[in-house]
Amino acid sequence: MADTVRIGCGAGFQGDRLEPALVLAEHGKLDYLMLECLGERTVALAQLRKLHEPNHGYDSLLDRRMTGLLPLIKRNGVRVVTNMGAANPLAGAAAIVALAKTLGLKVRVAALTGDDVLDLLEPSQKVLETGESLSSVGSLFSANAYLGVEAMLPALESGADIILTGRVADPSLALAPLAHRFGWALDDQDRFARGTVVGHLLECAGQLTGGYFADPGKKDVAGMANLGFPFADVDADGNAQLSKVAGTGGTINRMTATEQLLYEVTDPFAYLTPDITADFSAVEIAETAPDTISVTGARGKPRPATLKVSVGYHAGYIGEGEISYGGENCVARAQLGGEIVAERLRGQFQELRVDILGLSSLHTRPMSGGDFSPYEVRLRVAGRSADREMAARIGEEVEALYTNGPAGGGGARKSTQEQIGIVSCLIARETVKPQVTVFET
Amino acid sequence: MKRKLYELAHARAGDKGNTTILSLIAYRAEDFPLLRERVTPEAVKRHFAGIIKGEVKRHELPHLGALQFVGEDALGGGVTTSLGVDAHGKSLSSALLEMEIETD
Repeated sequence: MADTVRIGCGAGFQGDRLEPALVLAEHGKLDYLMLECLGERTVALAQLRKLHEPNHGYDSLLDRRMTGLLPLIKRNGVRVVTNMGAANPLAGAAAIVALAKTLGLKVRVAALTGDDVLDLLEPSQKVLETGESLSSVGSLFSANAYLGVEAMLPALESGADIILTGRVADPSLALAPLAHRFGWALDDQDRFARGTVVGHLLECAGQLTGGYFADPGKKDVAGMANLGFPFADVDADGNAQLSKVAGTGGTINRMTATEQLLYEVTDPFAYLTPDITADFSAVEIAETAPDTISVTGARGKPRPATLKVSVGYHAGYIGEGEISYGGENCVARAQLGGEIVAERLRGQFQELRVDILGLSSLHTRPMSGGDFSPYEVRLRVAGRSADREMAARIGEEVEALYTNGPAGGGGARKSTQEQIGIVSCLIARETVKPQVTVFET
Repeated sequence: MKRKLYELAHARAGDKGNTTILSLIAYRAEDFPLLRERVTPEAVKRHFAGIIKGEVKRHELPHLGALQFVGEDALGGGVTTSLGVDAHGKSLSSALLEMEIETD
């Protein structure tokens, strides 16, 4: 291809593996490396951390990822675009600069802020999922608007080595460098749609190269332990070839790409981001070489008038307990254990969920029908409470089944966790004021 | 003859709030018309009785050999507050592939 930009994706979720990004930065001949590390809950949890520690609230793996990456991106001239700024891109940028100094490297980091819109929301605003008002949801503590390319462009124009954002739409992490490099106008709808498809295919990293795909004997994928992450070569019209670094594990083909193209897309004819309404229905995916596909044909319609906001609220505590039973009649003993716990906790929880792992916890029943008799099962009981100690009682009662329950119960475990709920609402674009701040060694 | 979707298609599950999004993709292009005819939104709603409690909508993508199902009220109140083991419903793709259709 003539003038192309190469973008790799080195992380597809907050806790993703560290090595594939290093392989991409070292051997991928990249122009840009995107790292998508910010889920809806992740940004809310980061906001909670920032409340307690004002100098934190950026991605907890930022230091570890950057320690390995900084020398490589500086040596190979790769620019990083990442949402690892989470709830505090300014503090994250300062942390990267401090890290670069200890490594003896010069670095420029552009931090994008303005996605935190908690103070701009009205209690009467409607929740998208339920139609009720925000004020009825509970105790809100975070609200982050999905920013897009328009907000990110000044950060790219600053010449920074690293563009560190908070909440931006995941595909924008790829689309922004493309729009910057090729000078695409914000209303260049078809090119924006194609760039969005590239970003959407890349954003979950290993999910394009055989992760969340492999099924032994049916959909075999070689070298899963060394699963390589993908990169895209994109031309000035947004047409792309996607592949991965030679020698890494995994596979990229029409099947993996079709699954990922449609992943989490509620309307393939109108995929909404801050940048575009993208129509995926005419996308063509073709295998052009081993582990290489071409992707063309997305079409664009005008971007939505509003921005989506992800709102975090306190949802109490979830308490859980588990215990295993095996051998003859194990399902009946697990069921008896569940009934005993439910009776001991009667009336104390709004909802108590009793699952038999190995039989019915995922799909309520074996979906293929007929008799199904596992050799061993695990009882799980879960419930929610506004009070942590109350939630903890569930695990305590399950553990008590050792000496107060059915025969042969083993391996009891219990846990109590704070629950963060997420709902969405919309906000007018013009009320959101993105800002770029540059940090340098 | 009845056949499991597992033989004819592959699938991936995604989530948005309390909504599950299930992609069903034919291994062979020539099987797509059969999937389109037999794996109707009504059939999927029946198959997922007790799991998908709301509406099932279907998008047809013949170009990709794919059907996209969007099931409302399917994730125990929502990914972030579900009491279920698989709050995201990631495993629901496998549940879809357990469905049987008549293939004549």
